[in-house]
Amino acid sequence: MNLRIKNWFDSGTPFVWLNAGAVSISVVMVVGLIALIAVRGLGHFWPADIHVFDYYASPTDESVRLMGEVVDEESVSRSRAGNPAYAGETIKRNLIKTGNRDVSGLDFRWVLDAGIKNDNLPKDAMVVERHEWGNFYGFLTSLEIDGKKFQATDSLWDKFQETITKNTEIFDEIRHIEKDLIGGINYKMERLRLKQRGLELKEENTPDKIKGLDDEREVLQTEYNSYTNKLEELYTVLNNSSFTAKTADEKEIKVGFSKVVRAYQPNAMNLFAKVGFYFEKLWEFLSADPREANTEGGIFPAIFGTVLMVMIMAVLVTPFGVIAAVYLREYANQGPITRLIRIAVNNLAGVPSVVYGVFGLGFFVYFLGGSIDQLLFPEALPAPTFGTPGLLWASLTLAILTVPVVIVATEEGLSRVPRAIREGSLALGATKAETMWRTVLPMTASAMITGLILAVARAAGEVAPLMLVGVVKLAPSLGVDGNAPFLHLDRKFMHLGFHIYDVGFQSPNVEAARPLVYATALLLVVLIIILNLTAIRIRNSLREKYRAAESS
Amino acid sequence: MNSIDTVADVLDHDFNSTSARNYRKWRHIKDVATRYLMALGGVSVILAIVLIAFYLLYVVIPMFKSAEIEQIATYSTPGGSETETLYVAMEEQREVGVRINNLGQVVFFNTVDGVIRSTVDLGLADDVSITAVSSGDQTERMIGLGLSDGRVMFFQHNYAVSFPDDVRLITPSILYPFGSEPIQVNEVGDNVTHLSVQYDSEEATIVAHGADSTVKLLNLIKEESMLSDEIEITREESLITLDTDDVIALRIDIEQREMYVADGLGNIYYYDISNKSEPRLVQKVKAVDDGIKITVIEFLAGGISILVGDTSGQIAQWFPVRDDDNNYTLQKIRTFNKQEAPITAIAPEYSRKGFVAVDESGEMGIYHTTAHRTVLLEQINDYALNSITLAPRANAALLQNDKGMLQFWHLRNEHPEISWQSIWGKVWYESRDKPEYIWQSSSASSDFEPKFSLTPLAYGTFKAAFYAMMFAIPLAILGAMFTAYFMAPKMRQVVKPTIEIMEALPTVILGFLAGLWLAPFVEQHLPGMFIMLCFVPLSILLAAAGWEFVPENIRHKVPEGWEAALLIPVIIIAVAISIQLSAPIENIFFGGNTPLWLSTEMGITYDQRNSMVVGFAMGFAVIPTIFSISEDAIYSVPKQLTTGSLALGATSWQTMVRVIILTASPGIFSAVMIGLGRAVGETMIVVMATGNTAIMDMSIFEGFRALSANIAVEMPETEVDSTHYRILFLGALVLFAVTFFFNTIAEVVRQRLRTKYSSL
Repeated sequence: MNLRIKNWFDSGTPFVWLNAGAVSISVVMVVGLIALIAVRGLGHFWPADIHVFDYYASPTDESVRLMGEVVDEESVSRSRAGNPAYAGETIKRNLIKTGNRDVSGLDFRWVLDAGIKNDNLPKDAMVVERHEWGNFYGFLTSLEIDGKKFQATDSLWDKFQETITKNTEIFDEIRHIEKDLIGGINYKMERLRLKQRGLELKEENTPDKIKGLDDEREVLQTEYNSYTNKLEELYTVLNNSSFTAKTADEKEIKVGFSKVVRAYQPNAMNLFAKVGFYFEKLWEFLSADPREANTEGGIFPAIFGTVLMVMIMAVLVTPFGVIAAVYLREYANQGPITRLIRIAVNNLAGVPSVVYGVFGLGFFVYFLGGSIDQLLFPEALPAPTFGTPGLLWASLTLAILTVPVVIVATEEGLSRVPRAIREGSLALGATKAETMWRTVLPMTASAMITGLILAVARAAGEVAPLMLVGVVKLAPSLGVDGNAPFLHLDRKFMHLGFHIYDVGFQSPNVEAARPLVYATALLLVVLIIILNLTAIRIRNSLREKYRAAESS
Repeated sequence: MNSIDTVADVLDHDFNSTSARNYRKWRHIKDVATRYLMALGGVSVILAIVLIAFYLLYVVIPMFKSAEIEQIATYSTPGGSETETLYVAMEEQREVGVRINNLGQVVFFNTVDGVIRSTVDLGLADDVSITAVSSGDQTERMIGLGLSDGRVMFFQHNYAVSFPDDVRLITPSILYPFGSEPIQVNEVGDNVTHLSVQYDSEEATIVAHGADSTVKLLNLIKEESMLSDEIEITREESLITLDTDDVIALRIDIEQREMYVADGLGNIYYYDISNKSEPRLVQKVKAVDDGIKITVIEFLAGGISILVGDTSGQIAQWFPVRDDDNNYTLQKIRTFNKQEAPITAIAPEYSRKGFVAVDESGEMGIYHTTAHRTVLLEQINDYALNSITLAPRANAALLQNDKGMLQFWHLRNEHPEISWQSIWGKVWYESRDKPEYIWQSSSASSDFEPKFSLTPLAYGTFKAAFYAMMFAIPLAILGAMFTAYFMAPKMRQVVKPTIEIMEALPTVILGFLAGLWLAPFVEQHLPGMFIMLCFVPLSILLAAAGWEFVPENIRHKVPEGWEAALLIPVIIIAVAISIQLSAPIENIFFGGNTPLWLSTEMGITYDQRNSMVVGFAMGFAVIPTIFSISEDAIYSVPKQLTTGSLALGATSWQTMVRVIILTASPGIFSAVMIGLGRAVGETMIVVMATGNTAIMDMSIFEGFRALSANIAVEMPETEVDSTHYRILFLGALVLFAVTFFFNTIAEVVRQRLRTKYSSL
């Protein structure tokens, strides 16, 4: 037996298996990680059942009636659970989202499984998502709409939903007026102020010019007044309705409809309704603005910011990366210096991204941006226009960060174009530029696209440099809007990756934010995997194509 | 003939027509233009990339420059050079200077030309002269004058700034916060020879030395009566008897809790005067060698350290250090030996731990204590300099030489607190009991001593990299060995991209999972983690052994090279078992709570976000890098080497270990280098998965603060061009250099390997 084991070890088979184990562990980790994010991220939107139960913190205590959804459950040792009064070596406990932060102060609560009595799922238990104070869990008791009271009847819930829909429309209109219309007026007012200050600085503030500005201001002011009147009306309508509900422990609270986002009764929903609800929530996540310090609602501004920043970066990085690659491969003398440059470019791809951030902040923001402000926007000083982190500088920083990727990919593409094709073109009398432009570059197009996609994938996932050069946790307005010049390169923006960091680590209510962070992470992972897979696809098909070109 | 002509004509017509020629010219121009454009574009992109390193250097270098000084003016002392100068100071804008002479006149003058702006007479009686002067807290501009009749007079020189017509106007004046009447301190007639005062809006402490060996300590507390506006002053006094009557200097600190007395024999007496009625001698210490005398003692900004200048030109920094029994003793912390003539005056900066000293030879030295740095040493005068004062922003100095001339200098001394020693070495900071490495860049108080030691941050960076590599290297390299050599090609096509995709995974996601999911998970299942470490490899071996006993007909159904696929369920089960075993083992051996057990029984601190968590997360991030590069290296080992080895009878494992690994080892080395470079520079994982406290401890259960995390956290809040800003740039430069170094090694090794392979 011993000999057999010795032989077995001598043959090396166990070591081969260990090697195989290393691969398996790596694969299990990758797949497990993605599965973890997917499960946690996607599960959040599903309407969970609402439990109502009596809870005894210890067998001798008075019970409290709690209501909420089970978010997490775990089994821990007695000592970790804080030596509760229930028996057992390991203690099972559940994390309940009880909501009602305005009533009870906290919206999550660990409860011991053993202390739960009379657990049931009442059909009329409702969840109300609100604009402030988080979710409300309770039972609807009455409505008050335009001064009229509605007591509990069968149709109360329908009436309730109807009012919510109506009020949501009003709410959306208010948002539209406040954000787009009044925001636009404020923007124009600010422009007028800067114009006037600019005239003062140039000492051209003649009375008739000032008069012209004042006239414009007056027009804006009347417009503004009309909007505020409209707003006032809408707010009165909105504030006229409220509903009353009672919590699990029979406390009555009254909530204005202006605070309500949506209400639902998950215990009464059938599978079909739940699926519908799921997709409604998913769509809200992708398309809505965040609420409640980013812990609720959607992540649309972050998606928008990421895409916009990456697009500007792509516009900047492609031409420069391609030119540098063409120069290195086609025009520069292939000597030790070119080799050195190539090594340097390769190495730069490995320089930590935060270093690029530091460079971007120092050079682009403070040095370039500061100079631009002095030259072009003196009227706004001391408030900086470009001398502060913003969209343009973030894109530029990431362009520098990713330019090695594009250079390397394009160079690889160029090196794969068979010599014969170039020589053929030159032999037919084409100049070098024509050869480049008409034959070589078109053949490299897919290599460039590969490089670009890889660059975009890298840029979309970078956070550390962006923290220094332009990302914020909550941008007041998007980088593109209806006010001329439409694209605002000086604005700060939101970013998916930073959103994950910020909501997950800087949020006042991490527990509530966690599912959203998982969902955001999933979105980012999926985006980046798709981009990378596309790049790999293109690269592989490219290789096939050249193999064919070379062999023919 | 004719036909040839025609052909030539036709050709000529086709190729040399004006339009054809123009077209050719145009094409040529385009060709040349493209060439230059490409060269220009290419070179500028490459330059832009290189710019990064140079820009970082450009920001960093000013920190190491010495100070610059420039003499602006020399004029005879305003207010009469025949009178004795008692005190000179400047206001914040360095525009107005003030001089107090022995006639009791306060003269305000322009610093640039010495023209007198105004003179205030303090109104001393003719038979009273000023015998001592003391400035209290210089940021509060408090002055105390000791008079020959044993009284002490307080006043404050004050500057009101207004902007009539958008031009700055500074109006100097004198205020009397404790009333304009001098306060009787010593017995009538016992003139005050040495004096130190400190006062703020509520409390004043005066120590005065007269003719004998006693020092009078007087404490005044101002109380505003609740009912009326009357000010009530309560007095408390006591008498301190010194061992000596040869007092050279007397100082109390701004907190009015400590008193230092220097005597002619080179002793310093350190008194605790926090209880004003019972001052206590804490220590008497001989501060200089025999034969050398103390000439000046002065507080450093903040009032914790004293600077002792002596006749040998040495300046020493002393401060009270707490020992194990909580007793304070005065200790000499560091000395500056650059000047050779006796020190005549020391001027501390208002808000930094720097100071300027002048001596009898006319030499001036600018120093910084924390950095232990001599920022500048220059012979600026042919005569002895007997006083110096600094502007509050330390950007100007007024010096007086013994020929009665006042000199006004501008100083540029932006970053004195930086030296090699203060960045990388151990530094003995104020109020600390020993020299230490500390990073603490900011604090709420203004006279705080910044602690800019990059050592703990670099330590954190390498600690993170170390644990990450411990986790990543075995998995990545063993995995690469299997994938490149043993794995079935079909499986390889799936496995390799899967692992490589990990490389593109945003690290913010890894960091977030590590911080919010893995860290609590590891804390919950700590024993399970260690069980896993042994149990997973063991179960792989067991599975391998078990596989031998599986009937052959089943075994043959699984083609060779699919072992890894078979192992996936084994590993999942092994991990699950380890986690399940965690709780029972914890209950039996560790009292149900391992982190608690570690801290109570073993004295090991356990942070939830610790190095182990970072090791996992960052290891995860570098595995694909190392895996991918070493897999390439192993895979491209020329086939004739392996076939040769196999043909000679070696098993495939022997071939692997003795032939392939040896040949591919440079490639594996370069993979590890690149992985290391990535681990060193990784930011988001270390920001999110550690506690970010800058401690120096190799413990796997504690966190750290890495250079990159430090930059990401502190950079957005720092002021442009401040020392803190530049030192963060230095951190970035260090990261840049380190990663560039690792990557270059890797790249060079890889290129060599490529040549070697092609020659095999």
